[in-house]
Amino acid sequence: MNAYLKPVPTPSKISAPFWAAARRHKLVLQRCERCRAFIYYPRPRCPECLDDRLTWEEATGRGTVYSFTVVRRAASRAFSDAPYILAIVELEEGPHITTNILAAPEAVRIGMKVTAYFDDVTPECTLVKFKPADA
Amino acid sequence: MSLKSKAAIIGIGELKPSKEPGESTALELMAAASAQAIADAGLEKADIDGFLVGMPFNDPGILYPSAAAEALGLRPRMLNQVDIGGASGAGMVWRAAAAIDGSMCRAVLCVTADLNRLGDQRPPMISTAREFEWPYGNIGANCGYAMIAQRHMYEYGTRPEQMAKVAVDQRKSALKNPLATFNDKPLTIDEVLSSRMIVDPLHLYEIVSPVCGGAAVVVVGPELARRSPHPAVWLLGAGESCGHASITYAPSLTESAVKQSAATAFAMAGLGPRDMSLVCPYDCYTITVLVTLEDAGFCKKGHGGPFVMEHDLSYAGDLPCNTHGGQLSFGQPGLAGGMSHVTEAARQLMGRAGERQVRDARLAFVNGNGGIMSEQTSLILERRA
Ligand SMILES: [Zn+2]
Repeated sequence: MNAYLKPVPTPSKISAPFWAAARRHKLVLQRCERCRAFIYYPRPRCPECLDDRLTWEEATGRGTVYSFTVVRRAASRAFSDAPYILAIVELEEGPHITTNILAAPEAVRIGMKVTAYFDDVTPECTLVKFKPADA
Repeated sequence: MSLKSKAAIIGIGELKPSKEPGESTALELMAAASAQAIADAGLEKADIDGFLVGMPFNDPGILYPSAAAEALGLRPRMLNQVDIGGASGAGMVWRAAAAIDGSMCRAVLCVTADLNRLGDQRPPMISTAREFEWPYGNIGANCGYAMIAQRHMYEYGTRPEQMAKVAVDQRKSALKNPLATFNDKPLTIDEVLSSRMIVDPLHLYEIVSPVCGGAAVVVVGPELARRSPHPAVWLLGAGESCGHASITYAPSLTESAVKQSAATAFAMAGLGPRDMSLVCPYDCYTITVLVTLEDAGFCKKGHGGPFVMEHDLSYAGDLPCNTHGGQLSFGQPGLAGGMSHVTEAARQLMGRAGERQVRDARLAFVNGNGGIMSEQTSLILERRA
């Protein structure tokens, strides 16, 4: 098996629960106890109200494609397997997430429904990607 | 308090960009652009008592302003690094005016320079990008602007040829600019659309080309402006705004922080888009110009595409836009790419743009843009009769 050469996240104290959940194939989001906002990416405090009482909640994993691009030539050699689909997905809970869509480039549309797909890229790391909901 | 008419640009320095650095260092280019600007202002190095500088990506380091000031032999009474990406050049101008208006200094050198490759030390990136963007391949600026363009096409029906027209019209002006990197032949919409697709929907000729270079301006208060060897270019209005770092977390992909920065600048100047003789909006990509013109109020939101088709954006046209060729034709020498919009506006208003001179150029709108439509700085500049 070839080594995985793309960048992998280094979890911080704040983000560790997110990546640990992804490892278990769960998508979790922080939620502010004060203003009830869902938060992505993980933050030290709520970016809406700066409260520090944040809890983790499991998300539905459903969302829609807010925008996307087919990267045909990547800025980094690690992604020399381009083309790949980079996207912003709007989660059902509200937040936007940078991700990849696993689908044929011509099949992807803004507004299409997608569901989370957990890609175990290394024995330690799982990335949260998406695939068409009807696939 | 307002910065209206408190300071003026009286000197410009700008190097012809090169694709290869050769033996040059970023500091050498910075020194060359600085010397040009100070001489152009009719000043001596000793007159410079304020220093605003952008850190070259090729040669990054903390405490950069004092290191650069020492290397240039400056003894500033005010110094700082402006770190708002492509908005840094425009951002320096109002910061210089504020420092001058606050009597902290009298003559501010604003300078940017870079090589088109990273040095031994990679500039540190914020950890959130490394953790939540890079693993998915959201690296560099192309992807973010491509997703802005896709969303703009989805929401407003913007078409590829409309975006391409920006590069085509700006090239017409570049042909008259000896400093531009791409000034040897005209460009057609077909050529743009048949150039290689890099990140859908952006083609190669819609994306800036990194080059090596440097640019500087000298900003002074009324007293020194009166002694300027050229018509002084007065700052009438300035505004700044930032909504996000990664485009993923922006409140909108298609409506940018230019809305606030431009509205603030126009309000300070007491003027509106229709008063402008020319515009110099940041153009890292063709889509950047459409979104900027919309959000600055030159046309209705979403109408940027039809708007650029209806107007001739060349130096001879009815809405001269980036008459140096824009960065798309001039090249992007790091942060000096952002400064090129300031130098071109000043050059036009001073009446020193040569064959591409805009007739009766009196007022210019300049917009600096950092990151992925993140930091926005808008300026209104005026030449007084
Ligand atoms: Zn909150």
